[in-house]
Amino acid sequence: MRRLVNRHPGRGGAWALGALPFIILAFVYVIASNLRFAANPDDKLLPTPSVIAETVKQYTVEEDRRSGEILLWLDTWASLERILMALAISAAIGMVFGVATGVIPLVRATLAPFVAALSMIPPLAILPILFIVLGLGEVAKIALIVIGVAPVIIRDLALRAGELPQEQLIKAQTLGASTWQLIVRVVLPQIWPRLIDSLRLTLGAAWLFLIAAEAIASTEGLGYRIFLVRRYLAMDVILPYVVWITALAFAMDWLLRWIRSRACPWAEMAR
Amino acid sequence: MDSLAGVPVGRDGALTMARVIAKNVWKTYGDHVVLENVNLDVADREFVTIVGASGCGKTTFLKMLLGMETPSKGQILIDDKPIVPEPNADRGIVFQRYSLFPHLTVLENVMLGLEFERSALLGKLFGASRRNALANATKLLESIGLGSARDKYPAQLSGGMQQRLSIAQSVIRRPKILLLDEPFGALDPGITLDLHKLILEVWAANEMTIFMITHDIKESFQLGTRLLVFDKVRHDPQAPDAYGARVTYDLKLKPRAERAAALEALTA
Repeated sequence: MRRLVNRHPGRGGAWALGALPFIILAFVYVIASNLRFAANPDDKLLPTPSVIAETVKQYTVEEDRRSGEILLWLDTWASLERILMALAISAAIGMVFGVATGVIPLVRATLAPFVAALSMIPPLAILPILFIVLGLGEVAKIALIVIGVAPVIIRDLALRAGELPQEQLIKAQTLGASTWQLIVRVVLPQIWPRLIDSLRLTLGAAWLFLIAAEAIASTEGLGYRIFLVRRYLAMDVILPYVVWITALAFAMDWLLRWIRSRACPWAEMAR
Repeated sequence: MDSLAGVPVGRDGALTMARVIAKNVWKTYGDHVVLENVNLDVADREFVTIVGASGCGKTTFLKMLLGMETPSKGQILIDDKPIVPEPNADRGIVFQRYSLFPHLTVLENVMLGLEFERSALLGKLFGASRRNALANATKLLESIGLGSARDKYPAQLSGGMQQRLSIAQSVIRRPKILLLDEPFGALDPGITLDLHKLILEVWAANEMTIFMITHDIKESFQLGTRLLVFDKVRHDPQAPDAYGARVTYDLKLKPRAERAAALEALTA
């Protein structure tokens, strides 16, 4: 018998083991919800799968009686638009300031302490300021995500750019590179994969800020809907929405990983 | 093997000579004296090998020639002009490691110097000028035996191939001075021999002065036309940093013509 640390699952085995916690969770839920249903047919806390399925159908296929819209899609597009816009802006800001901070000593001396302080501000604490200054529209929600995410990306990319071997930067200069050429041909291309990693790591925070902003001031969006139906203890809506948000976040993470492996094949090799 | 002289590439400066003079050069970091009173006069197209114990200032001296460090006292002159205090295309460098660009293929690594030279804004060439640079780079790659690896990334190459590539990358801008910081220190002996041949070919085909740091005494005698030994002359056991290293031996080895003849015999 080999030691436990030396026993590896096969391909199929790894799949089965990975699926196991999900199956157990679903199993436990079904049993618990059925038990509660048997005790009280009006139970709201753990709706049975059939109730959930009915609600999901209502939200994904049927039009809402009041607005005439299909609610899940309405909410999904509204939320995705906000988060994608915010992530794009954060990535652009992170790239420009991160690389400049990491590569140019004068910029680093100027910006590094400021960004370090900025990133310590709890974004939710300044949410009221954003709503006061920018109004309750889209701008404030996007701004909240950017404020929460961009400083983290800037610091991460600055660190990574600073970690590029000194030898490379010197070599490029001996090949005649100006500061600009050095950034464009040597630093930026090597920072792309790190930007993608950085975005992946900040996805969780971005969703957190999105849902917080939507919960407070919005008329549609995944976060808005969850907090709206909370008043009616509508777990049959909340649970599928949470699963859906998780699936969206997971898909974005997977997509970013795929882009990384496609766009930067050399980065996978170097590991 | 083709001669590297056949590759038409331009050199930045109008000067083709590279006489290097060090006058009373000192380097200190606070109380720590690394180099004291180094005086040298190196003729154009000399192949200088530098040996010495670790921590005796060989690399510091090379960094000063490169422009990464400036002397604390004294002066370094290239062709009677003070040395430019930052790295530029006059002086090429091959480090022991990390001097290749992992995100570029072998061919792109070599082409990069030409792209920096000819495209100020993007550092990237297009159309006819790109084809021209590609042709030059390909020819250079083939002449050093890396033609078949042109589309690989550096991470896919062996250590010896990586150093080959690093040399080609430096040579394409035709630097007046080529600096080598223990370029073969991490390689197998058999591969090192091939690279010795390569570096002698590069030196014979281009008008350049070479400074090479090495740990291998035998190598320093085989390659150089002149051998420098860096060592501390004075020691203070109470304050090991109080005195720096100097050039303690300065040996004339085989002159350039003889090296070239030996190379011909080697390649024939």
